Amino acid sequence: MKKKSGLKLNSLAKIDFRSYTMIIALLALWIILSLLTDGAFLTPRNLSNLFRQGSVVAFIAIGMVLVIAAGQIDLSVGSLAGLAGAMAALAQVRWLPAIASRTGVEWIASGWPATIIAVFIAIGCGVILGGWQGLWIAYGRVPAFIVTLGGLLIFRGSILGLTRGVNIAPMDPTFQLLGQAYVPASLGAWLGAFAVALILLLSVYSRINKKRHGFPVRALWIQALVTVIICSVVVLFVVKMNQFRGIPVPVIMLLALAAVFTFVTNRTQFGRYTYAIGGNSEAARLSGINIKKNILWIFMVVGAMSGVSGAVLTARLNVATANAGNLFELNAIAACVIGGTSLVGGEGSIPGAMIGALIMASVDNGMSLMNVESFWQQIVKGLILMTALLIDVNSRRTED
Amino acid sequence: MNKYFPGTQALDNVNLDVYEGEIHAICGENGAGKSTLMKILSGVYSHGTYEGQIYYQGNEVKFANVKDSEQLGIRIIYQELTLVPHMTVADNIFLGAEPSRCGVINQNELFSNTEQLLKTYNLDIPYNARVGALGIGQQQMVEIAKALSGNASLLILDEPTSALTIEETNVLMGILRDLRASGVTCIYISHKLDEVFEIADRITVLRDGQVIDTSDIEGLDQNKVISLMVGRELTSQYPPRTKNIGDITFEVKNWTVAKAGNVSRPVVKDVSFDLRKGEILGVSGLMGSGRTELVQSIFGEFGKRISGELVLDGAPVEIRSSQDAISHGIALLTEDRKNTSLVLKHSVLANATLASVKDLLRWRVIDPNKELSITYEYKDRLQIKAPTIHTIVNDLSGGNQQKVAIAKWLLTEPKILIMDEPTRGIDVGTKYEVYRLMNELTSEGVSIIMVSSELPEILGMSDRILVMSEGSVAGIVDNHNVSMETIMMLATKGA
Repeated sequence: MKKKSGLKLNSLAKIDFRSYTMIIALLALWIILSLLTDGAFLTPRNLSNLFRQGSVVAFIAIGMVLVIAAGQIDLSVGSLAGLAGAMAALAQVRWLPAIASRTGVEWIASGWPATIIAVFIAIGCGVILGGWQGLWIAYGRVPAFIVTLGGLLIFRGSILGLTRGVNIAPMDPTFQLLGQAYVPASLGAWLGAFAVALILLLSVYSRINKKRHGFPVRALWIQALVTVIICSVVVLFVVKMNQFRGIPVPVIMLLALAAVFTFVTNRTQFGRYTYAIGGNSEAARLSGINIKKNILWIFMVVGAMSGVSGAVLTARLNVATANAGNLFELNAIAACVIGGTSLVGGEGSIPGAMIGALIMASVDNGMSLMNVESFWQQIVKGLILMTALLIDVNSRRTED
Repeated sequence: MNKYFPGTQALDNVNLDVYEGEIHAICGENGAGKSTLMKILSGVYSHGTYEGQIYYQGNEVKFANVKDSEQLGIRIIYQELTLVPHMTVADNIFLGAEPSRCGVINQNELFSNTEQLLKTYNLDIPYNARVGALGIGQQQMVEIAKALSGNASLLILDEPTSALTIEETNVLMGILRDLRASGVTCIYISHKLDEVFEIADRITVLRDGQVIDTSDIEGLDQNKVISLMVGRELTSQYPPRTKNIGDITFEVKNWTVAKAGNVSRPVVKDVSFDLRKGEILGVSGLMGSGRTELVQSIFGEFGKRISGELVLDGAPVEIRSSQDAISHGIALLTEDRKNTSLVLKHSVLANATLASVKDLLRWRVIDPNKELSITYEYKDRLQIKAPTIHTIVNDLSGGNQQKVAIAKWLLTEPKILIMDEPTRGIDVGTKYEVYRLMNELTSEGVSIIMVSSELPEILGMSDRILVMSEGSVAGIVDNHNVSMETIMMLATKGA
């Protein structure tokens, strides 16, 4: 019995240890990069750029958490993001003007209507093609690794076929806002205040609610400390961003989607089933879970996220290129693994993956600031992915 | 031979001595420290991670790893077999010790060595068969042969019969007797006291990491050992029950099931039976008699390869998947807790609510208050011993894991609860609690179909007993003065 309780304490400590190490690793990385760049890394301007660039992969990482937690993998996300971005660009640059001139409906070819249509095309393209792969995986029983490896080639090939290798540009100014605009400082401040108020409210409410139902609660000082830390991070983030031009629009979109999907993973049937399937698919099936349908949905979600990512990328660069989204799958998978998602399935969190994405983006950005040649960047990122897995696999190995 | 080690975490000042050439049984509830003790003896826990000494053949030994203990002839055979299914018997037996020259395996020598080994110990297995094609019992023999090939002088068997049929168990007992005659020492760990009393020379009982008693088999009886294991006299292994049996609620008619690719030889043949409200129907039969397939097919496994009819409360129902079954109020507690019943890496809470998440929704979102309170309710009701409901199920003992699995199904509020081997691998105390729970459920009107290969359990718990033999019903008998022999005769009579 003594040994049992010892084990339990250990495993609890381990979980906390994991999430703390992630945050500590991020802070350590920032300090190192800041020292190596004489402080250039931590300037508001650079941080703003870093978040804006990192958000593109982070959208995909949200979906990838679900995929990996369900014990699957998706290697096609980068190509799919590229294809979705290219479709959006083609819609704005070629298709909508062509339709407009043929039908005389001029208003669809520019401004917000054109942007909304382009965004729908990008996301729709992601959902449909993600779902198409999901059908192969769930109902065709082909391993996800193979299906999405095929998808990677098919989508990349489709981009080349559609664009003939030519850059598709320029996008409508309203579309560019998706990737380039900033939330005005005053609105940003209000949003920050709103977020802080919400966090405080939820923290107090959950405590009161738990007490009322007689559920155990954490020690008051721990909960207070955690709440205060989260609120300070929010405040610091808003202040830093406002010191430059305000919070970048894609970052706000990312935070909103991350919050929504954190809720989905924790509090919906779909989320629960996803983790159960990855944890033990046989037990999940025998508990009455429709595994095929769930997996199909997961691939539609990751497809949608790839679509969003592609649209934001095209908007930020104001051009769709044939190699857009290249190696995003690696960055997204790395973000998940660094963030504690288990590659054998059943475990993983979206906040963790967001921190993982931030670590990957920081490495990218920091090395660019230091003028490290691009071949070194690739080598370093490959090593980081391998090291993250090394730590992941070995910290999970139990005594039994 | 003498082994002595005071004070590890899970073991407290344990003294155990095993005589050469004896079969020494070790009994104890789950978590009593049996596995820890065995892991120390076999070198899984290296010297220095525990306090105390081990003496083997008069000398103190310090194992750094399993290789060290194997070199001295100590071999352990685990509950789960560790063979490579795609390789032949010979390949498996000499895996890692193949007769070879410059890395090239000498096939002839390999086969002749294997044949000789199998002959020496009267093991009736073809040396060139693929291990995956053998039955569990034969695979276990391969495992034993593998241990013996390394000149084992001390064989440790951990629950060796948990997956064996009665005939296979008898064969194993014979082999162990032969081994004893040829001077091999055995440590035999088992829950099944019948076997222990059949074969062991001496018994050591462990409880809470301490040795309670070591004595010769003469002068002991099963009740005595059970009371030593649980630390109290068990008046009865089966709690009393006030019967409250109602009308027929569920009927299975002309039920025939075939496995994929083998439609001509069904595994369940023309089975018909009925089930009353509040009744416990025991399903008995040898391994491979179609018991498990029968209950799985009722739960919607095997999809369309089924003919026959299910009638629930007078209306015919169509069940083609586990979703269908659950929505009709049928639950199946599977026999394989770790692989098909629980998500081991998830919490008590996540496992308990897995099959009933949809009942916890409010506006399509899980209501955390409802979820927490219902999980606490069932944790209390089933007395699940876990530090919190967020504890990972893998960290619980087998008995508590089984309780979590049962809680999962009770949360779906089943009308018909099918339990396949509900007490396999759990300790005596927890078994009693499971039985009491079953009684409680039947008094509330739940009907239970209990599949079990333990006859005492079938006789102790059932109202009626359905005996299966080669896929067919060999008989359905009321449980009045039925003897084990009657059941066994039905089970073995063949179709």
